[in-house]
Order: sequence, then C-alpha cells, then structure tokens
Amino acid sequence: MALVEPTGAGERRSDFITVSGRPLGRCYGPVIGRDQEYVRELGDPGEYPYTRGIHPTMYRGRLWTMRQFAGFGTAEDSNARYRFLLGEGQTGLSVAFDFPTLLGYDSDHPRSEGEVGKLGVAVDTLADMEILFEGIPLDRVSTSMTINAPAAILWAMYIAVAEKQGVSRDRITGTIQNDILKEYMAQKTFVFPPRPSLRLVVDTFAFGAEEVPRWNTISISGYHIREAGATAAQELAFTLANGREYVLAGIARGLDVDEFAPRLSFFFNSHVDFLEEIAKFRAARRIWAREMRERFGATNPRSWMLRFHTQTAGCSLTAQQPENNIVRTTLQALAAVLGGTQSLHTNSMDEALALPSEDAVRLALRTQQVIALESGVANTVDPLGGSYCLETLTRQLEQEAQDYFDRVDRLGGVVPAIELGFFQREIADAAYRYQRRVEAEELAVVGVNCHAGGPPPAVNLLRVNPATEHRQVDRLQAVRRHRDDRAVERALRGVRAAARGSDNLMYPLLEAVRAYATLGEMMGVLREEFGEYREEAIF
Amino acid sequence: MDRIIRVMVAKPGLDSHDRGAKVVARAYRDAGMEVVYTGLHQTPEQIAEAAVQEDVDVLAVSILSGAHAVLVPRIISRLRERGGDDILVLAGGVIPEADVPALLEAGVTRVFGPGSRLDLIVDFTRELAGSRI
Amino acid sequence: MDLVSRLLAGDAAALARAITLVERDRPAPRDLVAAIHPHTGKARVIGVTGPPGVGKSTLVDQLAISFRQTHALVGVLAVDPSSPFTGGAILGDRVRMARSSADPGIFIRSLATRGQLGGLSQATGDAIRLMDASGRNPILVETVGAGQAEVDIMNHAHTVLVVLAPGMGDDVQAIKAGILEIGHVFAVNKADRDGADRTAAELEAMLAMAPDCGAGGWRPSVIRTIARDGRGIPELARKLDDHWDWRQSELAGWRRRQAAAELSETVEVLVGSRLREWAVKSGRWEEAVDAIVGRRLDPHRGAETLLSHYLNSCPGEGARSPTGCRTGRRRNP
Repeated sequence: MALVEPTGAGERRSDFITVSGRPLGRCYGPVIGRDQEYVRELGDPGEYPYTRGIHPTMYRGRLWTMRQFAGFGTAEDSNARYRFLLGEGQTGLSVAFDFPTLLGYDSDHPRSEGEVGKLGVAVDTLADMEILFEGIPLDRVSTSMTINAPAAILWAMYIAVAEKQGVSRDRITGTIQNDILKEYMAQKTFVFPPRPSLRLVVDTFAFGAEEVPRWNTISISGYHIREAGATAAQELAFTLANGREYVLAGIARGLDVDEFAPRLSFFFNSHVDFLEEIAKFRAARRIWAREMRERFGATNPRSWMLRFHTQTAGCSLTAQQPENNIVRTTLQALAAVLGGTQSLHTNSMDEALALPSEDAVRLALRTQQVIALESGVANTVDPLGGSYCLETLTRQLEQEAQDYFDRVDRLGGVVPAIELGFFQREIADAAYRYQRRVEAEELAVVGVNCHAGGPPPAVNLLRVNPATEHRQVDRLQAVRRHRDDRAVERALRGVRAAARGSDNLMYPLLEAVRAYATLGEMMGVLREEFGEYREEAIF
Repeated sequence: MDRIIRVMVAKPGLDSHDRGAKVVARAYRDAGMEVVYTGLHQTPEQIAEAAVQEDVDVLAVSILSGAHAVLVPRIISRLRERGGDDILVLAGGVIPEADVPALLEAGVTRVFGPGSRLDLIVDFTRELAGSRI
Repeated sequence: MDLVSRLLAGDAAALARAITLVERDRPAPRDLVAAIHPHTGKARVIGVTGPPGVGKSTLVDQLAISFRQTHALVGVLAVDPSSPFTGGAILGDRVRMARSSADPGIFIRSLATRGQLGGLSQATGDAIRLMDASGRNPILVETVGAGQAEVDIMNHAHTVLVVLAPGMGDDVQAIKAGILEIGHVFAVNKADRDGADRTAAELEAMLAMAPDCGAGGWRPSVIRTIARDGRGIPELARKLDDHWDWRQSELAGWRRRQAAAELSETVEVLVGSRLREWAVKSGRWEEAVDAIVGRRLDPHRGAETLLSHYLNSCPGEGARSPTGCRTGRRRNP
C-alpha cells in the first residue's frame, strides 16, 4: 500500500506506533498511485470532495470532541452534571432542554405541568442560564444546544451569560441546532409555520456571520429523521436536502454563500449497520462538497467541507438485556469515528428506560476514550478507504440521495414537500417496515427477538427530583417580581416590531433577554406575529 | 361478522415522539380496527372528550416525555366525568417499572414498555375490546 | 335515564354510543332510529367535499368554530376510507380539527366508509339524524374526498360546499363534471399559493358556462380562503348562510327529495341484505354461485332467480317467517 503521507507536522504525537511496535503512517492510498477516479471520487483527506475526511491529519492532529448530551431538572442539577462530565474528561458540553423550553412555554404555563425538567433542563429566563453555566469558563468550553424553534432566544441568553462572565461574543464557540426543517419532518418540536421559521434561522446566520464568527449557527440534523424511523439513505438525503434549502434561504436574503456556509454544521445518527453507516458519513461529505462547489458556486474550501456531530442510535437501545446496549453503542461509535466525525455522543446503556444515571454516562464516555486512546483507529486517517465494499456502498448511498433530491425538486422544494407530507410519509412507511421486519425476525435484535430471556435487569435509574417543577416555578415567579417590568415591555415591543418588519430579530431578542423577559413572553410575541404550525398527521 | 373495534391512539402533553404511536396505529389498522389518531400535543381534557365523542373501545395513550404520572390519571378522571368510564385505557412508551403500579391504580389496564411486540399489543387490545359491551 | 332520553337531552356520551349502535348494526337498530326520528328535521346540514389535500378538514374546523359564535352545539361528521383488504381504517381528520376539538360544544365523530362507495358511510344518514335529535346544529359532514364525484352527500346536505386548491393542474378540468352539479358554494382554499387566481377564474368560467348549475335559481359562487389562518372564513360562512336562506324558499321540496332518496337507499340495503341472508340460509346462494361458475347462469339471471324464489317462498300476508320475508312481501305488493 502506498503511504500518502508520512508522519508530519501538526499531529498530537511525534510518531504513532501499534501495540506491537509497528509504525503507522498518516494515511494509506492506492498501491498503483492516484488515478483520475481516485481524485474525482475520493481525494486524499483534506482534499475535495473530502470523501476521506476534511482534514489531512484528522484524529492524528486532534481527537474528535467528546460531547455527551445532558440536562435534566433545574439549572443547578444540570450544572452539577456538566461539571462532573468535564471532570471525567469530556471536552465539550451539550445541553438538553425540557419540553416546555423546546416549545417555548414558561414552566408555570398550564401546558407545562408534569413536563418541567423531565427530559432536559428547564430554562425560563436568563437567571436559569446564569446558573446553568456557573463556574464553567465559556471562553474555554464549547457548548452545543439542542434547541430549534426558540433557538435564537436561547442563543441570545448564552451570549448574555458569556458577556456577564467577561467573554465577548466573538470568542465563544459552540452550536445551536436551529434546524427547523427537520422538526416538521421528524422531531415535531415546531412552533411557527415554515416560512417565518426560516426567516428566524436566516436572522441567526446573518447575526453569527457579523458578530459571533466562531459559532455554528445551525446543526443540520439527520439524527431525528433516523430516530423517527428513516433508512440510512433517507437520513442522508433529507438532511442534505434541508442543508440545500438553508443555503438557498441565506442566498435569497442576499448573504454571500462563503460568508455563512463555513458555519453550517451537520448532525448524523450512527445506527447498527456498521459498514452502511460509515459509507453514509463518507457519502455525505462528498455530496455536500459537490453541491456547494458545483451548484452554489462557493469558492471557500471551508464552505465545501461537511463537518458533523454524531450520536449513536437511541432507537437501537433495548430495555431488555440493557447491558447489550454498551456493545451496540461501541460499534456505532466506532463507525462514526471510521466515518470521520468531528464530535461524538455515545448513548448510555440505560437510556431505553430513563435519562442516564451518572454511572451509565461515565461508562458511555469511557467507550469513546477506549476507541480514541486504545484501539489505534485514530492513529491513521480513513483506514477503510479503498475497501471495495465500502466504496460501493458510498456510491450507492450518494445515488439514492440524488434520486431523493430529484423527487423533492419535482415537488417544488423542501417546504412544499413538507406541506404535502412527502418526508413524513416516507419516514412513517420506513418505520413501519422496520418494525414488521423485526417482528418477522428478518432483522435480529439480540436480547429481544433472539437470544432473549435471562433475569430482568437490575439497573439503577435516574429519577428526576419531583420537587423540580415547584422549585423552577418559584424561581421564575421571583424573577418576574424583581425585574423592571417597564424595561421588559419596552424590549418586547422591540421584538414585535422586528417580527413584523424585516430587521434582524437577534438584536431585540438580546435586549429582551437582558431585561429578564421570559422565554414564554418572547415566544408569545412571536406566536402572535408568526402564527402556529399544526401538522397534518401522515401515516 | 365480528364487530369492528374502534381504538384511539393519543399523544398527551408536549411530548413530540410519535414514531411508536404511528407504528401502533398502523398495526391496529392492519388488524382490521378503526383507529382515531389525535395528533400531537393534546391536553388530557381534549383526549378524554375526543374518546367519548368517538366512543372508542380502547384508548391507547403513548407517552415518552416522563409526564405520564400527571397526565394519564388526569385523562382517566376526565373520561369518568364525561361519561366515558367504560372506555379501557392502555399506556405505552418509556414508563419506568416503578411507575406502573400507580398507573394501574389510576385505572390503566396495562402498560406496554419499550420493545413490546405489535402483535401482543394488537391481540391484547382485541381481547380487551371484546370485553366491552 | 335511558339512552334515547339522554341523547335527546344533548348528552355527548349518549350521542356517541347511539352512533356506534347505528354503525354497528346495518340496517340500523330500528327502535333507536324510530324513537329519535320525530325529534329530527331541525338541524341544518352542510356537506363539505373535494379532492384530497385541499384542506377540507382545516376548513371544517374553522367553520365549526365560526358557527359556534351563534350556536350552542355544533356537530361534525368526518368520513375516511376503510381499507378494502383488512377493513381497518386510520381516521385522521380530527388532527386537523385542533381548534374544534378543544371546544366541548363541538361534537366531532370520525366514521369509516366500511365498504361504502360514494364518499360517505352507510351509517351517515342515521348519524346525522342522531346529531340532529341531540340538538347539534348545524352539522358539518366532511366526505372522504377520494377525488371522484361524491354525489351521496347531495342526499343528506342542505348545502354542499366544494373545496378546491391551486396547484392541482388539470385536476380541476378532470373533476369539473362531477363537482359542478353538486356544489352550491365553492371555496378555493390555500388562496395564498401560486395559481389561486387561475384556479378561481377557471372555476368561475366553468360555472358561468354550465347551463344548469345550481338548480332553481341559485347561482353558485367562489370564495377564496386560507383555512390555516382563518382568512376568508367569515365570507364563506356568510355565503353558506345565504344559501341556507335561499333553501328555506323550497325547503318542503328538498325534504321530500331527501326523504325519497333515503328511503330508496334504505330499501336497497334492506331488500338486498334480506334476500342474501335468505338465499344463504336456504342454500340457494351456493347453488346460484355454482351455476354461474359452470356458465349455466349469468349473474343477472342468477339474481332474478333468487328474487323470484324468495318471493315465492314467503307465506301469506301477516305471517312471519324467521327470515323476515314479510317485509319483502310488503314492499313488493
């Protein structure tokens, strides 16, 4: 095998040696050397179309970010979990919000009853956000926030907290998910109709390009599409179709594609089929690079590079024999690493039953550390590149994605296709087929439809403190009592004016956040101005 | 001919996970049942009222948000207030074993946790509906 | 209190149960229908039909809310197709009626067609009667909307609202034959979409050219709506009211036509089911099937033969056979 690059500069060690003492090169390529097809379809790592990875050195230069999605209860509970994770060697934060926050309701709204702090942390005002990041230096830790409809507001809160810590907005790093299109397709935590939602997304692109240059203003997510039951090809195609839609929206606003495209990031699922998943990640990079360069005319190589976070497949976890989930997650994490992910969340073994306990989440983090530090797969770039099987799967997935793009284009684009229920129907069909195949035992799920039985699991589950809701509502009401109501009203008027017009909403939202307006108040104004989306149920 | 069983599949609260609810709804349909789907984000009051109006034999509540302890008993008490006391209630989703007794106590007939087989759910529902006049 | 008196008092659970009973037993439980029939004829019935995807349910949702401003109790019947293979159905119209389903003053019932063609289910007529008797007024009936002309609604509704939407291309042409005759009011929904003006203009042109549109002097008109945010709903509701006012002028005639149509439909169902039941029990059904398979008999002759055997088998006037052929005799004097 031809050695593309020997050990070079910018790597985390001066040499990489196998456990038996053999030196390992940075990257291996075709024995006969690079031919036209290799250059066109693969390219070396760090070279267009980036099939083999976006950096020449990949994990030899820097390991992926180990980022465990976490959040529950009040801001104090979650802050403690973040400090624990950072103490255990995690390198980035990832915030899970509860349902009322995701849907823009305050914790004392009648619809929030029973939901506060259950599946994530409750955030009503800047006061909660201050506690959430207390003692965590926002100039050194990057933070990913899984938030969509109210993404602009939570981002404004984060910026305000950083500035209170003395960290200016141009120094903070992180990601807001902010991918509203996949909400209509799969995750369903939408609030406003698609068109005003897209406007809000583009406002964040423009604000980010101007003011927060190191922040990823969107994480275009296939994860939830896959969790809703899609196939690998659907996940790939629908995610990238959404990506194209955001680029179009940015261009339509008059933004220069090379100004915002480098801040677009992606988020994929790593499911159980090891080789198909690796192929999916590689196909995603190649398709995106080609779309950005050929279709959108981007000239900055950073616009061509698809950077992505991966989470192992929550839907693959089983309540039966939960220890098996550790093994599943390990394989899925390995696929993500061999697929060249930039950051990774590994699920905990108990997540089919509840939010993860501290012990389970530590074990999940250790899984990444074993892959990174012991297995050796991080010591050479794209070790599977050139595999006949893998390259074929990669080409097939690319073709299937292309076929879906054509179908979406024929329907008039992503938003009309959403309104027609196209994606929803494709996903629901795939979910049902999958379940039928599992029950027909055409697909094996170890511990469920084969090798089942054994004693019921003795797993120690996390229980969210039942006093959470009460405590959260008390704090919210105290904030409302102590703030300057006139300042809040003034700020909310500013939000309304911007919503009616075309001024960037980020500026008035920052004002409102600083005045301690509640999430529900700000979202309430936007609900009045933008209307609410109701979905057609598609089967 | 056997009478046609009517089932309502309901999504209470702010929970947005609808994969399971939709898969179960399709399984019911393919087993020859009529399935009324409520859509997402329904209040307990809306679900109870709808179940009464639709006169379903079985109300299958899908919930993965952890809010079951509050929402499910409220659905059942509203059902009783509205004259739907003979509608049988099933719960499915991520519901920890420890929470099951309280739900049964509140009037749920059975809880189906993660990984429950569709044919088991369908058969149980059919049997249950048969016991309703 | 028994079911009928609870239903007449407006109780939702009793109404719901009664609809189940008329759906479950076809022909319907006669005592129940007989008991409530004298209490019907008060409600105004509005049929809503049109191709799939035009937003019928959302429009019905908005109209129901709009009628609630002036009516205490409103009824909605939403019909969805049953699977021809399993008999099962997913009844999803309610999802798009989120506003109405938050209002206990609006009673929504989803019905499956259970094998019936024509856009309604067999029980629809009885379900309307039960809603009427329980004080629901008006009653909005949403047909399946499978695309073809769903003419059955004409026999049940005082006013038929046909809903279309832009972006259907040649579909307007294709379905015009069916819809022009049955519609009294037309809505072009999703009017904010490209092509709405063209769809409305095409429709208006077709209505203007139709020689006999809207029998009896009523001129149908076209209203633009955006059901999703409620735009055009007040105008649409006013137009429906106009038609109702017009309908008053010939209500007696409408009632006779409606009664005759329902009687005719009921006779077909009743006679057909009795005849089939008798033939199966007497073994003649299998005989006739064998003869048709053996090419000794064609299906038309087969049916006629069964009918004449059936009529001959009936004993004299007044006697009652377990097969219930007395009824058949009476209806064929």
